[in-house]
Amino acid sequence: MLSLAEVLAAIILVALTAYVLFGGADFGGGVWDLLASGPRAARQRDLIARAIGPVWEANHVWLILAIVLLFTCFPQAFSRIAIALHVPLTLMLIGIVLRGSSFVFRSYGGGGGRVFAIASLITPVLLGVCVGAIASGAVGEHGARSTEPFYSAYVAPWLTPFAIAVGIFALTCFAFLAAVYLTLETTDAALQDDFRQRAIAAGTAVFAMAVIGLALFPQAPPVNDRVVALTAAAAMGAFWSLWRRRYSLARIAAAGEVTLILWGWGLSQYPYLLPPDLTIAAAAAPRITLELVLIAVIAGAVVLFPSLYYLMRVFKGKSGLGYDTRP
Amino acid sequence: MPDLLAARSQMAVSLAFHIVFAVIGIAMPVLMVLAERRWQRTRDPVYLDLAKRWARGTAVLFAVGAVSGTVLSFELGLLWPRFMELAGPIIGMPFSLEGFAFFTEAIFLGVYLYGWEKVPPRAHLLAGVLIAISGAASGIFVVIANAWMNTPVGFTLVAGAFTDIDPIAAMATPAALPQTLHMILAAYAATGLGVAGIHAFLSLKGRTSAFNRAALTIGLIVGAPAAVLQPMSGDIAARSVARRQPVKLAAAEALYETRAGAPLTVGPGIKIPYGLSLLAFHDPHAVVQGLDSVPRDEWPNVPLVHLSFDVMVALGIYMALVGLWAAWLAPHKRDLTTRRRFLWAVAIAAPCGFIAIEAGWMVTELGRQPWVIFGVLKTADAVTPMPGLIVPFTAITLLYCGLAVIVGRLLSRLIVQSPA
Repeated sequence: MLSLAEVLAAIILVALTAYVLFGGADFGGGVWDLLASGPRAARQRDLIARAIGPVWEANHVWLILAIVLLFTCFPQAFSRIAIALHVPLTLMLIGIVLRGSSFVFRSYGGGGGRVFAIASLITPVLLGVCVGAIASGAVGEHGARSTEPFYSAYVAPWLTPFAIAVGIFALTCFAFLAAVYLTLETTDAALQDDFRQRAIAAGTAVFAMAVIGLALFPQAPPVNDRVVALTAAAAMGAFWSLWRRRYSLARIAAAGEVTLILWGWGLSQYPYLLPPDLTIAAAAAPRITLELVLIAVIAGAVVLFPSLYYLMRVFKGKSGLGYDTRP
Repeated sequence: MPDLLAARSQMAVSLAFHIVFAVIGIAMPVLMVLAERRWQRTRDPVYLDLAKRWARGTAVLFAVGAVSGTVLSFELGLLWPRFMELAGPIIGMPFSLEGFAFFTEAIFLGVYLYGWEKVPPRAHLLAGVLIAISGAASGIFVVIANAWMNTPVGFTLVAGAFTDIDPIAAMATPAALPQTLHMILAAYAATGLGVAGIHAFLSLKGRTSAFNRAALTIGLIVGAPAAVLQPMSGDIAARSVARRQPVKLAAAEALYETRAGAPLTVGPGIKIPYGLSLLAFHDPHAVVQGLDSVPRDEWPNVPLVHLSFDVMVALGIYMALVGLWAAWLAPHKRDLTTRRRFLWAVAIAAPCGFIAIEAGWMVTELGRQPWVIFGVLKTADAVTPMPGLIVPFTAITLLYCGLAVIVGRLLSRLIVQSPA
């Protein structure tokens, strides 16, 4: 039976998963904007902008939600992360600001396309670097290091081959998701094929980076064999359905693959929030806070999910709600 | 630059930048909804044009507000990890609720901005109403978290740690109502008069189109009542501060000695007898605590807090007078664009609300120093141990300066392009 703290840790992982599946794909869209090429480059960029436009703001809030839940329910973990990963987190924030604002500037004719694309490339890497640093135990051990010289205290924990590999892995995952989703954003077969090829290439890169990342993990990787098998099955499913141009199926398989990767990470750390020593139970806020937050999350979900469903149905359904009378 | 000062400066820059966009994000949806509703009722295309143009501007401002708000949610920990470690379980509640309110706002903003031709008119207007409601709600929740820092309750302090915490009692902190009321009114007053002021100025420059008149009127409908009510909420806020944070009030009013029948110091050297006692306690003979009631090292920066307070009050009074003037003219149903003196008064009010908001937050935040949680945790004890904080401070400052320039250019282009 899960404890209340574990339930909330799982909810944070759900929020993070949603951020990766939705917001991550928006970053991936920026990557394909940067790499737009061939005779249809302008139309590729246009498709990306139209796909991201209505939803990126909502997709982005998942990150805020994850952070707020983290500092409310696990304040000690948040504090340690914020101290040890100050540098990459600040750089990531600058990336988020540049990405979000340049996207909207560009949509309203203010230029900034290059900034949008480059920030989309760098931000996911930094997010992945932070996750890698946490998973490798560098953040959990940081308490004793904060008095050491700047480099060993504030740079060395995250500037490791493993963390950087996770950073690039995150980028490939986001690009993979975006390419798969984009095949469903157009009915133009040529554009679909562009993104199908990109999805297959990015999916292969995801696989390669997963192998490299696991090889670089400081200890024997504590992964759950069954989760690995499921992830591999989802990956094969994604490749197969892309190959057969079954794009709806590919979307499900790709999202499933990335979700399993994230949950595999979560399971491999369990019961630690920050390995090697800070457990979920030890980092948890007092019970009253956890109870109230759980109530707030449930109440929030009652408002949120129908609203999100509506947003996605309007903009991501085949033809919106079928309502198209021009004013 | 010492690290503590760099951290405080970075927080100040981040908040000062974000608050402008946050305030516009709260109030602009109300203006958009009013314009759209008038269009749906009158079918006058001017109002549809207005709603759409406002929506475009709001999209830019909202996006910058969203990303700068994300920066703040991280900075709470990046700069003040000890504060968050202690306070997270207590004030996380309003932040969590804010998260959901903001989420709702972002979802329906997407529907509103991109859904003009995709959802039925009623659903579109409803999306606008939901943005306005959730925008106000997220503002209220964030200000509640700040109010708790001013009047912390809902815990027992044992050896520097909180026990017996009660997050609900913490949200019902005494400063919550005065602060949220003051802030929400400020958002409507600043944005409403800001919009009205821009269009008043354009009218003075000869751009007296129906579009311009409609924008001016809706701006005044939102801004004027809020500006008129604001001094009253200011009075409630000041009396709350007088009772619960007397040192902040003493700094705001530059009152060095505790005394009965305290005078009000307005600007340099002008004193109104009994004024402060009257304002703070509604009693000319009430004793007002001076700065001498606490040790010198617990004083905030008195000149800066006092100056900020006077600036806020002066601008607030000016805006209230402009609001009253608008109320006086309203029943006459005359064309406002022919009243040049009134138009000048409104045009001058355009930036006033935003300056007053910045000044007001200077009073709240600087006036609480040296405490981050008043009477519980000093700011110096909350700061991150990481050295070299001048670097992120400089980076964030440059980033925001650049963004401000781009946003300014984009908005002025949107305004210039509007029908003359």
